[in-house]
Amino acid sequence: MTVMSKNPAAAPAVQSGGKGAISIRNVTKIYDPGGVNVVAVDNCSLEIAPGEICMIVGPSGCGKTTLLNAIAGFHSITSGTIHLDGELLCGPDKPKAEQGADRIVVFQNGALFPWKTIRDNVAYGPIVQGRLSPVEARGKADHMLAEAGLHDVGDKYPGEVSSGMARRAEIVRALINDPRVLLLDEPYRAMDALTKSIMHEALLEMYDRTKVTIFFITHDLEESIFLGDRVVVMTTRPAQVKKIVDVRIPRPRNYKVLSSNEFRVLFAEAKDAVHEEAIKAFEAGERELA
Amino acid sequence: MSGDGTSSVAIQRGGGAPARPRAPTGIAYFQYVLNKKLRSPTPYLMALGIGGWILIYWLFSEVWNLPRFEKMPGPVAVISDWFSRKPFQGTSIFTETYYVHIWVSVRRIMIAFAIATAIGVPLGLIMGWSRRFKDYAFPILETLRPIPILAWVPLAILMFKGLETPVIFLATLASLFVTVLNTMLGVESIDEAYFRAAGCLGSKPRQVFWHVVIPGSLPFIFTGLQISMGVAWFSLVAAEMVSGDYGLGYLILSSYVNSVTVPMVIGMLTLGFVGWITSALVRMAGNQMMQWRTRALALEGR
Ligand SMILES: Nc1ncnc2c1ncn2[C@@H]1O[C@H](COP(=O)(O)OP(=O)(O)O)[C@@H](O)[C@H]1O
Ligand SMILES: [Mg+2]
Repeated sequence: MTVMSKNPAAAPAVQSGGKGAISIRNVTKIYDPGGVNVVAVDNCSLEIAPGEICMIVGPSGCGKTTLLNAIAGFHSITSGTIHLDGELLCGPDKPKAEQGADRIVVFQNGALFPWKTIRDNVAYGPIVQGRLSPVEARGKADHMLAEAGLHDVGDKYPGEVSSGMARRAEIVRALINDPRVLLLDEPYRAMDALTKSIMHEALLEMYDRTKVTIFFITHDLEESIFLGDRVVVMTTRPAQVKKIVDVRIPRPRNYKVLSSNEFRVLFAEAKDAVHEEAIKAFEAGERELA
Repeated sequence: MSGDGTSSVAIQRGGGAPARPRAPTGIAYFQYVLNKKLRSPTPYLMALGIGGWILIYWLFSEVWNLPRFEKMPGPVAVISDWFSRKPFQGTSIFTETYYVHIWVSVRRIMIAFAIATAIGVPLGLIMGWSRRFKDYAFPILETLRPIPILAWVPLAILMFKGLETPVIFLATLASLFVTVLNTMLGVESIDEAYFRAAGCLGSKPRQVFWHVVIPGSLPFIFTGLQISMGVAWFSLVAAEMVSGDYGLGYLILSSYVNSVTVPMVIGMLTLGFVGWITSALVRMAGNQMMQWRTRALALEGR
């Protein structure tokens, strides 16, 4: 297997001097269900700059979620290290990172608490961390919801709003904690193209305000180039970095860029890499378990 | 079930529950629900269905005297006795003992249900929450649970003095198993993503328990409480028939022993009615505590 990333630390494209640098070095993750070793991630290295939007694409079941879970602290890694702003998250002596509000995950199927109103969902983090009083936290939640264009939904329960609104509110729930990294795992997967484009605009707007580092897993190449500073194409399982596509389209971006020449060139470049891996995955008969 | 769900919401709203913003409240809401109900065909069909069954029952028992029905008191006999000031067979809404029987049973149910809920819910929550505690406690539960509640009767009588305590004990025991099990399943049914989200947002374990485990398992808990209410009545009546001095179960059996069949049927129908009310109360409490669910289901038109 020819893999570019065995030489670690490809230079990140964005340098903004802010917080939220992730460095993944030689990370391997082996699942062991019933004694059968499943190598999900193999000696994978990737440097993500502070404030970068790093898009991860790759065949399903290749190990993207595994990598995200390792960063978030949902499960352990087998070897390698992951650092956040130079602090060790997990490594040889500490295989599982602690969960913390500096790295917040937005889930594929949405995980707003259905039993809390949207306002209380957003206010939840600052309250449980003891950073704000409940009254202050709710006030700030209202403010941030309004800023994100979500007026009048504070009193509603997640089950009462559209999935697009819920997903936006979930991102607000993350951002209210001022995280260093936002981890998104195919958040717009089930959405139609129109809703998606609205979600993209909303996300970029929130990004422009916060400049938080974003680690974004997706299947959608167009989405990855439209949103990302870099598109990281992963190999089929076990995951390694196959190719990194630098997206130097200036921000703020709007939908015009989708029809630009530059976009088409980048798309083709990424598509080639993804296609190659998709064929490999298909031939390996990997079942879709994402 | 769905029809009952809506009507219980209507009662809550009509009964002066705190007004929610932008939802029609108070009388306006009540009128709206009533209007909708009357326009929908279900109430008519329900009335027609019940009327039809009573008609058949009346024909079988009082008009045609079909075999097997000849000993059975017909609807006219039951209703005329039930609402009579001087009932032929001694039990009607004007006799004091009728209410004593009802009150005794209801009181026993309330005590049993309260104890079973107060023990069962926390126990189930902890069992669902802590793997280790479940490993300790679950085998015992699973061994005792399949024992039919009637098999406990002699032991209960030996263990407890008097007539009251064994009866309550049996109803409590039956409820307890149901409540513990459903609560535990409720915790286990919570999507892992909510725990992860809570962890990401910086919750301590105690906060996860309070903000995720408890609300997340409420739907299962309340389903469990409804079933638990049912089995509490079931075992209560059985226990009252075996050992008792008052109560609806005792009324039914003693009527049978004394060959007065009308009070027997009155007792049965009263049980049905009181049982329905208690389970409606549990459902209303559930809807009240799970506004998030009630409202989402209402949006789906259920
Ligand atoms: N808990 C687990 N136990 C065993 N194998 C797992 C587990 N989670 C994921 N896997 C396997 O690891 C591989 C990568 O999974 P995942 O990271 O979810 O892929 P994706 O890139 O689609 O997000 C898959 O082959 C999957 O079957
Ligand atoms: Mg995945």
